[in-house]
Amino acid sequence: MLLLHGADLGYGGAPVLRDVRLNVAPGERVALLGRSGSGKSTLLAALHAAAVRDLRVALVPQDAALVPQLSALRNVLMGRLDDHGAWRNLRTLIRPARADRDAALSDLSRVGLAPEADRAVEGLSGGQKQRVALARALHRGGDLILGDEPLSAVDPRQADALAATIRDAFPSAVLALHDVGIARAFATRVVGLRQGALLFDLPVADLDAARLEALYAR
Amino acid sequence: MRVELSRTGVVAAFLFVAALCLPFADLTTAGHDPWATLSRMAGGFLSPEFNAIEQIARAVALTVAFAIAGVAIGGLAGLCLAPFYRLRVVRIPAIALRSVHELFWALMLMQVFGIGVWTGLLAIALPYCGIFAKVLSEILDEADRRPADWLGPRVDPLTRFLWARVPLARPQMVSYALYRLECGLRSSAVLGFVGLPTLGFQLDSFFKQGEYGAAGAVMAIYIALIASVRVWMRPRLLPAWLVAAGVMLSQVTAPPMGSGALWRFLSEDIVPAPLRQGNLGELGPWLWDLLQGAILPGLAATLVVAQLALIVAGLVAFVGQALIVPRVTGRIGAAAGHLLLVVLRSFPEYMLAYLFLQVWGPSMLPAILALGLHNGAIIGHLLGRQAEGLTLRPDAPKGLTLWGWEIVPRLFGSFVALCLYRWEIIIRESAIMGILGIATLGFYLDDAIVALRIDRAVVILAATGLITVGIDALSRAIRARLGAGSLRRTEPRPGMTPGRASGC
Repeated sequence: MLLLHGADLGYGGAPVLRDVRLNVAPGERVALLGRSGSGKSTLLAALHAAAVRDLRVALVPQDAALVPQLSALRNVLMGRLDDHGAWRNLRTLIRPARADRDAALSDLSRVGLAPEADRAVEGLSGGQKQRVALARALHRGGDLILGDEPLSAVDPRQADALAATIRDAFPSAVLALHDVGIARAFATRVVGLRQGALLFDLPVADLDAARLEALYAR
Repeated sequence: MRVELSRTGVVAAFLFVAALCLPFADLTTAGHDPWATLSRMAGGFLSPEFNAIEQIARAVALTVAFAIAGVAIGGLAGLCLAPFYRLRVVRIPAIALRSVHELFWALMLMQVFGIGVWTGLLAIALPYCGIFAKVLSEILDEADRRPADWLGPRVDPLTRFLWARVPLARPQMVSYALYRLECGLRSSAVLGFVGLPTLGFQLDSFFKQGEYGAAGAVMAIYIALIASVRVWMRPRLLPAWLVAAGVMLSQVTAPPMGSGALWRFLSEDIVPAPLRQGNLGELGPWLWDLLQGAILPGLAATLVVAQLALIVAGLVAFVGQALIVPRVTGRIGAAAGHLLLVVLRSFPEYMLAYLFLQVWGPSMLPAILALGLHNGAIIGHLLGRQAEGLTLRPDAPKGLTLWGWEIVPRLFGSFVALCLYRWEIIIRESAIMGILGIATLGFYLDDAIVALRIDRAVVILAATGLITVGIDALSRAIRARLGAGSLRRTEPRPGMTPGRASGC
């Protein structure tokens, strides 16, 4: 479904990742693990560029990329703007139709933010912003979700529930995660990145302490 | 290969040019007793008379109405053009619109609309449209692009613009529009000097009747008006203000222009005389005569006034940058400094020059002083805001030592860059001073219009516009070689919103 083979990835001249081979099959949920700067974001960007050609992808970028001046509800509605024409979107911007509003509200309630629907995003906390970005991805839906640390700012108990929500909403997923526990519960497969190279690529059951030690060791 | 310039070198070069200009500057004050006039004026300002308050109130209301409606029209048009500012078909007309000063626009528009509402509105809206297009496009370019990128390639441009570009740029755009309204109030007041029923007209007629007390009242009200813009103009009140402006402007009656005035203007008046008479061979001599008799002498005088005014502005700013910093001048001194700079900034340079002209009589002196003080106060204010934002070590000195050892050296780059920014504006405004009778380009323009030789006026106007654009390009080239091409990119500075440095 989604394939990178032997690519060097990076910005400008210097590749951050060398000779990356990764194949994501439909139904797989991949967790990317690794210390910060190991190349997870670069890999996700490359996957995104490859995936959007023939899949419907919902993206949760690390920086959320929300419009702070608009309400949480409108930010969620942004997930489906490319399904409609300019006039319909203009009308939605001024006043969302009842059905659109209800759909966005139900996605906001899946991340526990329905009460904040009409507040401007700039007034929300970091964790709430991250949940709005997640609700936008849920609202968009599609074949695949790509997330760069999508749960880094929410509290641990919520994170487990949100990971389950993501699992149920998308057939396939690639998420960069920093919490190994969540990765174990969420993923079918784990990919370890260290200093720009793939250290391992295994079914989640084979992830053991020695491998984790090697991945995170200084 | 690009030549790097040193800041002190650039300053020295400008001082040298100004020294060369000095012998050609007419700075005489012959035949005038400045002290008598000055004392009468000061008496008037200190004891303003509000007897003529009804007349003044109407002029205030119309000044505000012209400003709000003109800025709104210009702003809306500029907003529509801003996303396309990269395209040459949009950029070049926008540059042309803003290279002509509001007063010149008014003089030309009068030939078509008479002394009517549309003359005043368009005289503000046309140049402001060009300015808004440029500054709003810069604001949009600087806003966070990530939300727009998130939307992906399939979203149509209008949706992308309205959902993910405008909301992010909105706070800066509103703040800039408010700032432009302040500029609009100045423009609107000054339009009175060429006959529109705003504050400038009242001021002029009170002066001519020797009613200094009433003139003082006009000034006091004017300063209060500008200083309180942010109190009475709230974005949410805009619709109400627009309706009020519309009502106010609909009361203005003007002698009707003959029908077809616009067509006559476009098809006859602005066509060069030799072409109109079908005498193509005469076009060369006609242009030569115009160049030699009006454009070159006007240009020379404009440049002399501008270069000297730039030096005065630089001096005022260099000294004044510390005036509003409490660590230098003390708390009371800083408050007084604020007041002085606010007064000098609020008064349009044209109005200041008009006042100085009453004192010293017609020469280049009033124009140079007015331009220097006004622009110097603007630069000084912007630098002072930066100085207040400097992080100083806890044991930093105070007073003059702080000014000399910390503020001047640290802000010298901004100082030079801001002076270069104002250079183009000073040139534009020096040309305008001609309408007051100083022999800059505006003098020849006004002369041609009074003589109903609009074809000549249009050529002079085009020449003025080209000079402005040329100086702007030169200033940008120097700034780029100083490594100060973009003030905003180096570090965030307080009070440095886009477009402010280049100002009204």
